[in-house]
Amino acid sequence: MAGALDALLAIAALGAVAAAFGGLLSWAAARFKADPDPLVEQINAVLPQTQCGQCRYPGCRPYAEAIARGDADINQCPPGGEAGIRALAALLGREPKPLSAEHGVEKPPMAARIREDECIGCFKCIAACPVDAIVGAPKFLHVVVEELCTGCELCIAPCPVDCIDLVPAPAPSDLRWRRDVVDPMAASGPEAAETTADRPPR
Amino acid sequence: MTDAFLILVGAVLVNNVVLAKFLGLCPFMGVSRQLDAAVGMALATGFVLTLAAGLSWALQRWLLEPLGIGDLRTPAFILVIAATVQLTELLLHRQSPRLYQVLGLYLPLITTNCAVLGVALLNVQATRTLLEAVLYGFGAAVGFGLVLVLFAALRERLESAPVPDAFRGAPIALVTAGLMALAFAGFAGMGR
Repeated sequence: MAGALDALLAIAALGAVAAAFGGLLSWAAARFKADPDPLVEQINAVLPQTQCGQCRYPGCRPYAEAIARGDADINQCPPGGEAGIRALAALLGREPKPLSAEHGVEKPPMAARIREDECIGCFKCIAACPVDAIVGAPKFLHVVVEELCTGCELCIAPCPVDCIDLVPAPAPSDLRWRRDVVDPMAASGPEAAETTADRPPR
Repeated sequence: MTDAFLILVGAVLVNNVVLAKFLGLCPFMGVSRQLDAAVGMALATGFVLTLAAGLSWALQRWLLEPLGIGDLRTPAFILVIAATVQLTELLLHRQSPRLYQVLGLYLPLITTNCAVLGVALLNVQATRTLLEAVLYGFGAAVGFGLVLVLFAALRERLESAPVPDAFRGAPIALVTAGLMALAFAGFAGMGR
């Protein structure tokens, strides 16, 4: 009986110590939080979030970090196009410049679509998709969720049977823009048709 | 006062954690490729070592022993060390993001640095007071940092030295570490 009590005491004591350290750490985590760079956040908010990698960075956020560091120029984002460059230039107080040709050309918003009778269920496009817009499982049909697709084209090259087409996007792929349209208050005026890239940066 | 000085010198030079007690060899070999990373590692480990030495001494004397569960010191100390490392990581991430990136994986690995646990356990065995325990932890930290920085400087020079192919990389580093241990053996017998 005494042994069981001792064991309980030991568990309670160590548990109390662990809880005390846990509390201390969670307090410290909140108190000494590393502040994210506000400039990176602002630049990232202007970028189109296609995660296409045409800027030669792994995604929009790494490109935003590179711009903030001064490593990358503001004209390397083809999906953002001229409007995106203008928004970046206004945000950073620089002169707009034409899109850099080596990074690609501006295209209207597109979305991928899988020709369903040709898909062999190989899973390669799902692994390639940066925004998880393709649903499916190995040996089952894959389908693109067009509202989530950013038209980055990264799934086209891996497809072994070339069954992915680009079609005009059903709606501009900026999620905040679409939320404005869904909101009846915001959808009433002509400004609802604007994309965020055309708005003055906050 | 003399006692304090002896503990400090003893921990830094005579009973150096790395070269005399062979504790903490993983970061000693792992983070000694670049001098600035070694300096950062020495500072981070030193902070953890000193803090954990004091905290684990207090835990042992004021909680575990009165409750009669002094035998459970190893898991309790590991808890202390893990929490201290987390705290160091938080502070470092905020204060010096660049150093945080340079140290990378080796920062959480301070938790498993046996020098930290070793010093905490030695403190309890040697029946020291709290001040002596903290001082011994600090001395061990200085000793660890000194050896790590010296070794990193040696290894940076070795990069450009005409080392035979068979000895390149880890073998010559281990030979160097052995020679350093021999040099530090010259301090044996000094103090206690």
